[in-house]
Amino acid sequence: MQKEIKDFILMLADNPMILGQRLGEWCGHGPILEQDIALTNIALDIIGEARNYYAYLAEIEGKKEDDYPMLRKERAFRNVLLVETPNGNWGDTMMRQFMFDCWHYFHLEAMTKSNDERLASIAKKSIKEASYHLSFSSEWVIRLGDGTPDSHEKMQDAVEHLLPYFEEFFIAADFEVYSQQEGISPDLHVVKNKAMAKFRNVLDEATLAHPQNVFAKKGGKSGIHTEHLGFIISELQYLQRAYPGVTW
Amino acid sequence: MSTHSLEDRFQSRVDNEEKIEPRDWMPDAYRKTLVRQISQHAHSEIVGMLPEGNWITRAPSLKRKLALLAKIQDEAGHGLYLYSAAETLGVSRDEMLDQLHTGKAKYSSIFNYPTLTWADIGAIGWLVDGAAIMNQVPLCRASYGPYARAMVRVCKEESFHQRQGYDILLTMCQGSEEQKEMVQDAVNRWWWPSLMMFGPNDDASPNSAQSLKWKIKRFSNDELRQKFVDATVPQAEILGIQLPDPLLQYNEARGHYDFGPIDWEEFFQVVAGNGPCNKERLAARVKAHEEGAWVREAATAYAEKQKNKVVSSASVA
Ligand SMILES: [Fe+2]
Ligand SMILES: [Fe+2]
Ligand SMILES: [Fe+2]
Repeated sequence: MQKEIKDFILMLADNPMILGQRLGEWCGHGPILEQDIALTNIALDIIGEARNYYAYLAEIEGKKEDDYPMLRKERAFRNVLLVETPNGNWGDTMMRQFMFDCWHYFHLEAMTKSNDERLASIAKKSIKEASYHLSFSSEWVIRLGDGTPDSHEKMQDAVEHLLPYFEEFFIAADFEVYSQQEGISPDLHVVKNKAMAKFRNVLDEATLAHPQNVFAKKGGKSGIHTEHLGFIISELQYLQRAYPGVTW
Repeated sequence: MSTHSLEDRFQSRVDNEEKIEPRDWMPDAYRKTLVRQISQHAHSEIVGMLPEGNWITRAPSLKRKLALLAKIQDEAGHGLYLYSAAETLGVSRDEMLDQLHTGKAKYSSIFNYPTLTWADIGAIGWLVDGAAIMNQVPLCRASYGPYARAMVRVCKEESFHQRQGYDILLTMCQGSEEQKEMVQDAVNRWWWPSLMMFGPNDDASPNSAQSLKWKIKRFSNDELRQKFVDATVPQAEILGIQLPDPLLQYNEARGHYDFGPIDWEEFFQVVAGNGPCNKERLAARVKAHEEGAWVREAATAYAEKQKNKVVSSASVA
């Protein structure tokens, strides 16, 4: 398998993996018990999806699925910066989730038609969950945006500080350009149009203003991450690093 | 009917193993006992999420991480069932949470101990969920219907948790020397607090007799503790670890394991708020609740707006 395609699969895996790691931080600390459960559910779904991609790569490369999340160094991660951003308050987490879900759902939709049958079948399985995630996060963005003046302000803040990270999903990395030529990855313009349409609709319904003149923050796909990633993987990899080569 | 004959009828229904349902007459003290016990149980499920949640981001493999997330999510679900069961007795979830946050309500003291290594996650599943099962299986036959039914759902999941915890330890015991030491250390720390989960000895447990008569409880604290020890010792042998009790020994005559005296001073200190993590656990729950206030307010305000929209569009039509 070409390095570009491996990198593409790593991106597919690392995005939900790192976000799932962030969501795991919420477990036991949510604002409402039912929402604590719902967020854990999303974490379970997306880490489960990541695991499917890692397992696929592991089969190809003769490695173990855990080698990818647990034994790679910072610069080898291919996830976008958005998923590394700290949880902030519940509104920040919902806004980040909503942006992720907009990409995730429409990207998966396109991936169901990938030339790579294994990736297409993972996408078919995951899109059902992603569709539920997208309605969950959309509803929360609307509920909080159109809730109280205080919640509205918090959500406007969230969209202002997170929007610069949204664009990166749709800026094709070299490995995506290559994978697209092979018919493995989708045309990001198409994904972007659908995702942005959904995004705008929900923002409108949430009575939130669309920030203007946003300068995209990017680099994650090529391994130039935020300072947060090192800490995230320090926890993620702690036991595998401290006790190399044993089984848990 | 006089209170006296109502009470007689109630007790004879209990004696006949009929379930008491929310609308049935019940003695005030029965209702109070249930509210206290069920809400304490619910709080324990929720506070219990914290020590295990401490290891989610550091779980050693994706498989273990997913299993741990799912387990903690189950515990949150148990909290929900139990709060609902308590609500049928006329107390709201908000009131119960308020009692937890102000320190008026208790939760199981076991969750005031820290999870220091990954083996603690295995030890909690094996011992703490294991002790919980011993306590809870008889509660599936509790006289109060909503409680009994909640416990049926809870128990199915708890036994899964126990097997999962045991599997963590078994895998580690088949691994490196360091892993085995980690397991032994965790079991050393969790064994005695797990025995304390059954509560004070029978002679120091004045309310037990009434609970037994009402068939809320089916076995005494000491009976349950003995069952737990008897079931757990052989499992420890399979792991190849030592339980930290030099007096632990099979007693042929009794047909049970004898075990050493429990440090009740430690137990009462932890219950009184002086355990290693009492302050942290309560602070974490209070923080989550307070930081969630604006979210709950916004959700209520939004729901209110939606309702008004429906009303006004209905009045137009
Ligand atoms: Fe539970
Ligand atoms: Fe329990
Ligand atoms: Fe459990």
